[in-house]
Amino acid sequence: MQSYEFGLYVFMLAAFLGFELVKRVSPLLHTPLMSLSNAISAIAVVGAILISGEKDASTLQRALGFVAVVCATLNVVAGYLITDRMLKMFRKREPEKK
Amino acid sequence: MIENVLPAIYLLASVGFILAVKWMNNPATARRGVIIGEIGMLLAVVGTLLRPEVVEYRWILVGLAIGSAIGAPLAYLMPMTAVPQLTALSHAFGALASALIGTAEYYKGEIPLGFPMGALVLESLLGFLTTTASIIAFAKLQELMPTRPLTYKGQNVVSLSMLTAAIVIGGWMVAAPAPTWAFPAFIALSMGFGIMLVMPIGGADMPTVIALLNSYAGVAAACMGFVLNNRLLIIAGALNGAAGLILSIIMCKAMNRSFTNVLFGAFGQLAAAATGSVAQRPVRSATPDEAASILDSARTVIVIPGYGMAVAQAQHKIRELYDALTKRGIDVKFAIHPVAGRMPGHMNVLLAEADIPYDKLLEMDEINGDFPNTDVALVIGANDVVNPLARTDKTSPIYGTPILDADRARTVMVIKRSMSPGFAGIDNELYYMNNTLMLFGDAKNFVAGIVKELAGSH
Repeated sequence: MQSYEFGLYVFMLAAFLGFELVKRVSPLLHTPLMSLSNAISAIAVVGAILISGEKDASTLQRALGFVAVVCATLNVVAGYLITDRMLKMFRKREPEKK
Repeated sequence: MIENVLPAIYLLASVGFILAVKWMNNPATARRGVIIGEIGMLLAVVGTLLRPEVVEYRWILVGLAIGSAIGAPLAYLMPMTAVPQLTALSHAFGALASALIGTAEYYKGEIPLGFPMGALVLESLLGFLTTTASIIAFAKLQELMPTRPLTYKGQNVVSLSMLTAAIVIGGWMVAAPAPTWAFPAFIALSMGFGIMLVMPIGGADMPTVIALLNSYAGVAAACMGFVLNNRLLIIAGALNGAAGLILSIIMCKAMNRSFTNVLFGAFGQLAAAATGSVAQRPVRSATPDEAASILDSARTVIVIPGYGMAVAQAQHKIRELYDALTKRGIDVKFAIHPVAGRMPGHMNVLLAEADIPYDKLLEMDEINGDFPNTDVALVIGANDVVNPLARTDKTSPIYGTPILDADRARTVMVIKRSMSPGFAGIDNELYYMNNTLMLFGDAKNFVAGIVKELAGSH
């Protein structure tokens, strides 16, 4: 089996998993979820590191890779921090608290 | 040795992402979800840095440092009301990263024609168009440009021909070695199409668009996984692509809109036509002390927050109002329309920030039956989501959109800065009803005024 054919199976299964998991998320959490999934999409940072860290990379490749690392890292950090900041607020308040 | 550990690190990272999305199902486990997601990302980054083919570290580490140095203040300094914009902006950067990696891979010239090149073309197309589309979405939400749909004659023809041209060039690159001008032209067309895609979309539909762009960014990352033969990228990308798509479908359903309707901006044109026929009609208004005495004598109150609350940062004052009323034994609930604000769950986040218990926040279907038995419906900065025209006027562009039935409460009070129409650009019948009182003013100041009056009267 060719590697990309295997990859397509992985893609299909992960996509179904994504559908099933998100279908059940309460609307209460839609904004944090959107923000979390924004952070996960920054997984592109893996590709950015691979491209810019290669041994015999051209200047163009290094430059593009460097900008990609900056952009993807920004996305990772901003995505997770904002999600966390939002979720810190979701605490059930005790009714007897003054 | 390290070659044997790396697949395990990637596998654990994938598990981390899946658990992160899964734990997001419940407010009780959601924070755990974020932490496991962070661990997953950390494993992914460390696992990649350890790979034997990565030898040049200097610029990577500098890039990681710069990205964190910009991203962290961005996340902490932006006010919570700006979350939708921030997500759009963050998207733009993530998508740009995918697009640039695609570009670098293309110019490396080692990608075989056929399937791998197809994945690269799709990655770059989605990456570039998501970048420009996210920037436009950011500009619209930040009100750097008009939030109204910008449309002109023949717009769909122009956008579709741009997309077609991009696909044709992309197809050429997949099928045969393309000339040197092809890739730059492909980039320009993709970016142009991204702009054209979001320009005609009105602010009211922006949440759907952000969810959809989220999905594109995910698919771009998965394509990158095919190009680089990296399964972690495929899993995270597919998970994300599916999550974004289903979220935008949920949103479209909430607004009773079809995908094509949102994407081709028919809403905007109709809305523009409807604004023309607004006539000046009398309304009744009230002062904070009058509003306070009405609330004081109520037994049940439903608060309907909207974007105006977010803009005025009124959520903490609303919490004080909630406390003051609850202390008097008045039953206070919050009705959350699925698209109130600019993102799904936007209102929940803000009210949670103000420490309002989330079991008091009820969704549209749970609470709509309660309105006829409610003494006061207090609308704070919401507009289109309580417009009864959506039920009655077949010619209205929002006809059929599910709304909160605030008009069925015994008394309706609306805090609003002026009579200007809402995001959809149409007049609201609710304001002219006999049982409606308009409370003109800034949401925060007005609620503060009511709280003061309530405190004074006891």
